[in-house]
Amino acid sequence: MTVRLLAFAGLRDVLGGPKRELSVADGATLADLWAELVRARPQFGPLEGSTRFALNGRLVARDATLAEGDEVALMPPFGGG
Amino acid sequence: MSAREPESLAGRRELRRYSRHLLIPEVALAGQERLRAARVLVVGAGGLGSPVLQYLAAAGIGRLGIADDDAVDETNLQRQVLFAESDIGRPKAVAAAERVAALNRFVGIDALQVRVDAANARELVRLYDVVVDATDSFRSRYTLNDACRLEGKPDVYGSIFRFDGQVSVFAPGGPCYRCLFPEAPPEGSVPTCAEGGVLGALAGLVGTWQANEALKLVLGIGSTLAGRLLVIDALDARTREFELAIDPDCPLHGERARIRDVVESEPAAPRDDGIPDIEPGDLDAYLESLPAALVLDVREPHEAALGLAPRALHVPASVLEARLHELDPATPYVVACRVGAKSRWAAQRLHDAGFRRILHLRGGLLAYAVLHESFDFF
Repeated sequence: MTVRLLAFAGLRDVLGGPKRELSVADGATLADLWAELVRARPQFGPLEGSTRFALNGRLVARDATLAEGDEVALMPPFGGG
Repeated sequence: MSAREPESLAGRRELRRYSRHLLIPEVALAGQERLRAARVLVVGAGGLGSPVLQYLAAAGIGRLGIADDDAVDETNLQRQVLFAESDIGRPKAVAAAERVAALNRFVGIDALQVRVDAANARELVRLYDVVVDATDSFRSRYTLNDACRLEGKPDVYGSIFRFDGQVSVFAPGGPCYRCLFPEAPPEGSVPTCAEGGVLGALAGLVGTWQANEALKLVLGIGSTLAGRLLVIDALDARTREFELAIDPDCPLHGERARIRDVVESEPAAPRDDGIPDIEPGDLDAYLESLPAALVLDVREPHEAALGLAPRALHVPASVLEARLHELDPATPYVVACRVGAKSRWAAQRLHDAGFRRILHLRGGLLAYAVLHESFDFF
């Protein structure tokens, strides 16, 4: 199934743009999706602890299960002030 | 606080300037009195702090704390609209206090030339009703969040990077910054504005949101961003809202709360990757002693346009993976970027790929340029 990824701030560079579609296995969780991203782009690796996921507009834990067409936002902390 | 007639002619004169507030039913005279009785601490007098301080002072907040231990730098003026060119080199807290005093003589100002840290945060926060987090470091954000939570004060949060901004209110009883981001990112893993840049007007947008939230908290009107994270995308002119709930594992919440006092939030130390650093002051001598050595400049093309590294091979970090085969593991490389964050990652990638003759330029090309009194790489 396919999910829609959104990335913000510095994660846009890592994802290679602000938006992207990604195929994941049926029944995949956000943790599975993250593992997939790290495989494709090792730069994601060290950011695991500081990235939050929003699933269809709600900030949720990584065990949340994905469904076809879900929107997953990758939210890093922004440092600047 | 109850609505009452201003007690004196002076009071009436003071009120005149707030005419446009007095005409709003939700504010009116009673609200203006609340604003005058309120004490707000603004931590960070920079890109966010500038609009926050201007709007809070103009609105007639009775007491404004301005905490910042930094001085005005020329590169601040692109977004920190509180300051003038003549302020360069002056303490921000002092320059900001002067500007705010000129804006509204009825506002009491505490110019605090301090860095808010574990030692002073709770004491400071205790003196105010609302705290605005306009800082630019993760350490300060966690310190402020924890102090506000422990002292029962609302923390109006804002942060920015390039075109993107985040705003929320961490109110007592609701989710906090640690519910959003449990831990500070490893040092160097999240670029700062000094590394990645920020659009000046975005600071104005986000700071103005923070000022608006702080005013509503004081007035007790409307709905705040408590429990919601507002994300502003200034490039595509979009805002998005994300629901934020209390994290049951948050160290500040519930029965399992572990944090009982503010302690210095050490960001996770960067991994010891076994790649030695070279100091910017030693680079010239190193290159001279080793004619085969190259500086592997991993800055992106738009950064590389700002100055050339000595004896450089330019391979932007974004394409390093694809161009790895062009590099020779036998060549000694000094991996460098602008400030030394991206290059740390690139050096790690090279190391993982079997490169062993690599050094990492500590502090990046900017530190090297400063030593050479050059204006490159700013």
